[in-house]
Amino acid sequence: MQNLLPFFVAVPLAGGFLMPVLGRLFASRRAAAVLPILFGAALLGLAVRLVLLPDADTPPYWMGAWDFPIGVSLVADGLSKFVLLVVAVVSFAALLFSMDYMTRYTSPGLYYGLFMLMLAGMNGVVLAGDLFNLFVFLEVAGIASYALVAFGTEADELEASFKYLVLGSLASAFVLVAIAVLYNVTGHLNLAKIAETFRASPGPSTMLGAALSESKGGLTVPVYLAAAFLLMGFALKAALVPFHAWLPDAHPSAPAPISAMLSGVLIKACGVYVLARLVFSVFAGAEVFGIILVVLGALSMVTGALLAVGQSDLKRLLAYSSISQVGYVVVAIGTGLVLLAWSPASAALGAVAALALFGGLFHLANHAVFKSLLFLVSGSIEHATGTRALERLGGLGRRMPLTAWCLRAAALAISGIPPFGGFFSKFIILLVLVQAAVLAHWAFWIVAGLALGVALVTLLYYAKVQRAVLGGAPSPATADAREVPFGMALATAALALLCLASALILHPAVKSRLVDPAVAVLTARGSAAAEEGATPPLASDAAAHTAQPDALGRLP
Amino acid sequence: MTLDMLPYLLGFLLLVIGVYAIIAKRNLIKVIVGLLVIDYATNLLLILVGYRSNTGGAPMAPILTPQLTPAQIARHAVDPLPQALILTSIVIGLSVTALVVALAIRLYDRYGTFDTGRFRNLRG
Repeated sequence: MQNLLPFFVAVPLAGGFLMPVLGRLFASRRAAAVLPILFGAALLGLAVRLVLLPDADTPPYWMGAWDFPIGVSLVADGLSKFVLLVVAVVSFAALLFSMDYMTRYTSPGLYYGLFMLMLAGMNGVVLAGDLFNLFVFLEVAGIASYALVAFGTEADELEASFKYLVLGSLASAFVLVAIAVLYNVTGHLNLAKIAETFRASPGPSTMLGAALSESKGGLTVPVYLAAAFLLMGFALKAALVPFHAWLPDAHPSAPAPISAMLSGVLIKACGVYVLARLVFSVFAGAEVFGIILVVLGALSMVTGALLAVGQSDLKRLLAYSSISQVGYVVVAIGTGLVLLAWSPASAALGAVAALALFGGLFHLANHAVFKSLLFLVSGSIEHATGTRALERLGGLGRRMPLTAWCLRAAALAISGIPPFGGFFSKFIILLVLVQAAVLAHWAFWIVAGLALGVALVTLLYYAKVQRAVLGGAPSPATADAREVPFGMALATAALALLCLASALILHPAVKSRLVDPAVAVLTARGSAAAEEGATPPLASDAAAHTAQPDALGRLP
Repeated sequence: MTLDMLPYLLGFLLLVIGVYAIIAKRNLIKVIVGLLVIDYATNLLLILVGYRSNTGGAPMAPILTPQLTPAQIARHAVDPLPQALILTSIVIGLSVTALVVALAIRLYDRYGTFDTGRFRNLRG
């Protein structure tokens, strides 16, 4: 059977080339959206197909059919399939929304081209089987998103984009330094191979390794150096406090569908997903990384929520709320890692750890849906009224009934009101934190208390949003607001339904297909990565490989 | 820690200088220069990683000529993989620099200055 994996990168990459070229041919700016929507639908179809396929049918793809030491691989396991599906769903909705929304901007061809490039980058990050290609795709997604943030070319947008670009490049540089150190220590770039090397406790292979390592176990001093750089880099990409300074500027400045993409999936695919993959699979799940993640996550959760309360710009409020909600995801993943590291002491901890990871991934998917919906709704409101300042809005409940219901659904979901999916994921995370506190360590009581407090604050500020936007009498700005055009309405309504339907992830049939394989990838800690990760037998043509430049005495 | 470590430490020092420029400088151009310094520092570190001290004599460039066998290359040459990575990294750095300079020009058009302290808002 044809390997599906390359299409996830090739299709949007082709789109990124075609759309600027063909963009001028279309009669109207709306018509220019047809091709991108088709591409988005194709990617959604591919993602669904990939999730339905069993793991055995999705072997790693070796670009150009070059084999292990030379080749570059795309690898899909449970975790990457899960994230791919989330990315595909959100990007399809954002493209649908763009059709009518982007008529206010010029050059739709360039917009869709950059959108597709960003999509290619994200899919590439999720599928990359080795560190360096992960870095390259990270930069593809990054550069496209810097340009998209500046798409309106107003002063604020340029400034936000500049800040985003500088901090984003700094993050990428940190990642590259970490890659250099890791390559020096292990002699590999392939993620699975690096993980394998750490389990087999390597000897230092070059000068830096020899000078720094004290060779106790698999994780030596240079590895911790690399890990520190990687954590800083990806915490910057994921906008965890104290690395969040760029997000509240960049996300609101972009056009609404792009804000939805950035907040909904980019910070997760390029930040949280890679963090999870690295600390679990590559660094063999050392406890210290889990503790760092819990602390960073708890900080983000609290700081984001407290800063969100005071905002008067709707999109800026949503951006701070993103920091806070991603904090939940990171806390859950970090807790899972800590408990997993302690689990040999007690079997119950292993089960709680799996639940923590399930909660984290569930919340990741939920947040992708409701936060992108919130940003799209903010776009609808801006489209209809021309403003997004909360004090100038009001009375939209009557004027824009459909958008109002979408806003209500998303706000209820993000505040954690049953029966929305957001309630279940938050509840599971809280439950896990309490269990961790009882079973493992009292410090989790603090985190659990913070998580509960932040949930209440979240409820508070989304109540404020609903009141300010929907309630009261129409203001001058909203007096002649009318319901948004069909494409925007369809995109928001579909996501609003998904907010409710995401609770279905708890159903065993869906859970076992979608989330359980992803959790299994993380709990298996390295060993699974080694099996799935692209290590074909070397024996047959080992002699041929020694002739290749890569085999400078570094490969077995 | 021996003198062998010096090049690596200097590479990291360069990185720190770049980070300092990004954080402390208020002029857009100086921030961009800081970005470039960081770029060079990472590339330098990457190329250092490819150096091998156990080649017996001075390491040679990893170029496979008709006079050499692959085994000789593997024995005496430096590691070519980081060099390949740097090529990619330079290209990425170029596109980022082009974009950031374009943004800076646009910002200059709006504000008539490169001083971030005089920009309107978006702080914090």
